[in-house]
Amino acid sequence: MNYLLQQLVNGIALGAIYGLIAIGYTMVYGIIGMINFAHGEIYMIGAFISLIAFMALGLAGISYVPLALLMVLLIAMVFTAAYGWAVERIAYRPLRGSFRLAPLISAIGMSIFLQNYVQLLQGARVKTLQPVVQGGIALTTGAFGVEVSYLQLFIVALTVVLMAVFTYVIAATPLGRAQRAVQQDAIMAALLGVDVDRTISLTFLLGASLAAVAGMMVLLYYGVIDFFIGFSAGIKAFTAAVLGGIGSLPGAMLGGLLIGLIEALWSGYASVEYKDVMVFLVLVLVLVLRPSGLFGRPEVEKV
Amino acid sequence: MSWLKWTMAAVILPATVAAAQADEIKVATAGPITGPYAAFGEQMKRGADMAVKDINAKGGVLGKQLSLTLGDDACDPKQARNVANQLADGGVVFVDGHFCSGSSIPASAVYADNGILQISPASTNPALTDDAAQKGWINVFRVCGRDDQQGKVAGAYLAAHFKGKPIAIIDDKSTYGKGLADQTRETLNADGVKEVLNESVNAGDKDFSALVSKMKLAGVAAYFYGGYHTEAGLIARQAKEQGLNAVQIGGDALATDEYWSITGPAGEGNLMTFTPEPRNIPQAQAVVSEFKQAGYDPEGYTLFTYAAMQVFAEAADKAKSVKIDALSKVMHDTKFDTVLGTLGFDAKGDVIGLGYVVYVWHNGKRVELSPRSASLQ
Repeated sequence: MNYLLQQLVNGIALGAIYGLIAIGYTMVYGIIGMINFAHGEIYMIGAFISLIAFMALGLAGISYVPLALLMVLLIAMVFTAAYGWAVERIAYRPLRGSFRLAPLISAIGMSIFLQNYVQLLQGARVKTLQPVVQGGIALTTGAFGVEVSYLQLFIVALTVVLMAVFTYVIAATPLGRAQRAVQQDAIMAALLGVDVDRTISLTFLLGASLAAVAGMMVLLYYGVIDFFIGFSAGIKAFTAAVLGGIGSLPGAMLGGLLIGLIEALWSGYASVEYKDVMVFLVLVLVLVLRPSGLFGRPEVEKV
Repeated sequence: MSWLKWTMAAVILPATVAAAQADEIKVATAGPITGPYAAFGEQMKRGADMAVKDINAKGGVLGKQLSLTLGDDACDPKQARNVANQLADGGVVFVDGHFCSGSSIPASAVYADNGILQISPASTNPALTDDAAQKGWINVFRVCGRDDQQGKVAGAYLAAHFKGKPIAIIDDKSTYGKGLADQTRETLNADGVKEVLNESVNAGDKDFSALVSKMKLAGVAAYFYGGYHTEAGLIARQAKEQGLNAVQIGGDALATDEYWSITGPAGEGNLMTFTPEPRNIPQAQAVVSEFKQAGYDPEGYTLFTYAAMQVFAEAADKAKSVKIDALSKVMHDTKFDTVLGTLGFDAKGDVIGLGYVVYVWHNGKRVELSPRSASLQ
């Protein structure tokens, strides 16, 4: 029983991280209907900027941990958002109105560029950060003590809060209304006075700052990053977004949790070796039974 | 006009290539210059650079200067083959590499086809030289030990110190990691100890919490990890966070300070097998201080890469040729003076005279565990 509980804790924490990255994917998709393949790389850049910020704050002698964390978070969000904005400006905007695959290809190009850019600038070796936040709560004691670290709690709470905030932004703010309008019909929205370019830029800014949060959390949680982390995390998060129904924020969160739980439980009760096989098997099954994902709305062509 | 240019080019081009070949000998080092194992690529690059510099300063090989090419395989078997083909096309006569066994083995086929001498400074999987010997290739050598030697040391250590306690064996499914884990398991079982848990992880994963919980449930007191330092370090770190107090024992791929930078204090007391510290070998002292003056501590496989280059230079001088038949013959019946001491090669191309010992991580340093201090554990 305790063992099951511990594996659930492991799975939820891992799933929350996938969910955090998946929210960024799904939001951009919801607005422009395009998978932003550079999103994994933006997340990787967020992790590197967080690391640089930690180092800089360490040099500046700021040792009060909550303050340092808050400052790193802000720095990472601002700088990473700038990268997100640049990606949109370079790889998406010039191709607006072009055929559907063009921005997809340019986003893949952007992702390769960003990977190599970080590799050249920061080196190919892994970068490490010693534990900043340590300790946790022992849920049970005895032969098999269940441990929940503060970081795990923080990650799950943060993911839930961000999901709620962004769901609110899209449902009930002027920006969200513009986003939904652009999603439904960009030309009509423009005719009615919505600044389409500005709305899309803002969406990328928001998506990138979410990626920065994810990057920072991964840096804190695992303590090891390298220029290649965006690729595998991107694939898992993309899978989470598709599983939950791409375009739906709660779906991304749910998809992430589902993947995390499948990985942890399969590793815990069967073998670690085949956990990814199971994840993608479940993805296939879900897509066969519900092609638009768990929470996705099927696209209806109105005639 | 244009036909005239082409004809002239056709005449001049081979001439310049021949001229370039005449005054220099092309050698290469190939390994993971990029990717998660780039720390080892750097060790190889540093070692090869310094060796070529020193050999050229002493007049080169056969009166010619060595020119060094760098090949990047990122420890990816497919890329290793491409790199090997590129090096062969570029007229390289000797390759000091590769690092990962999974890369060295496919590359060795290309080198065998092209008559290129290969001395791996670090690939420890037995299949590298075993397969080459079976296929009748004469070009494959290594200056490091073999995993069947290494796994025996690790397996015997586990059997001696953790008999009767639960032991787990984990690998990363790579040629190197799995081979080493299999050998360790075999030795352990032969000593009458049966492990309680066998698992394989994905290289490149960051989250091993589920695996750690599983080991905790099994009450594991010690676990062998066959694989590279990045994953080994993460497992050690996450084990500490979940309160699993088990000793990790790994292979020679943990021989980099980067391991400790990942684990931090969670690495304290963890073990690894490696050859007796090369930096302490008397013949290495001059070169070690040369490295230190250049601001680099020649850790891990740096000196192995250096030694492989020395072996090639000595063999070529003795054979008075860089042709593989002459080189290979000399390689088998000569004792070479290198920074690793005096080295010879057996019929398969494995090095003679290097063994394995157990090291313990203590305060960020690897310390050789002599039999005496081992009993204190």
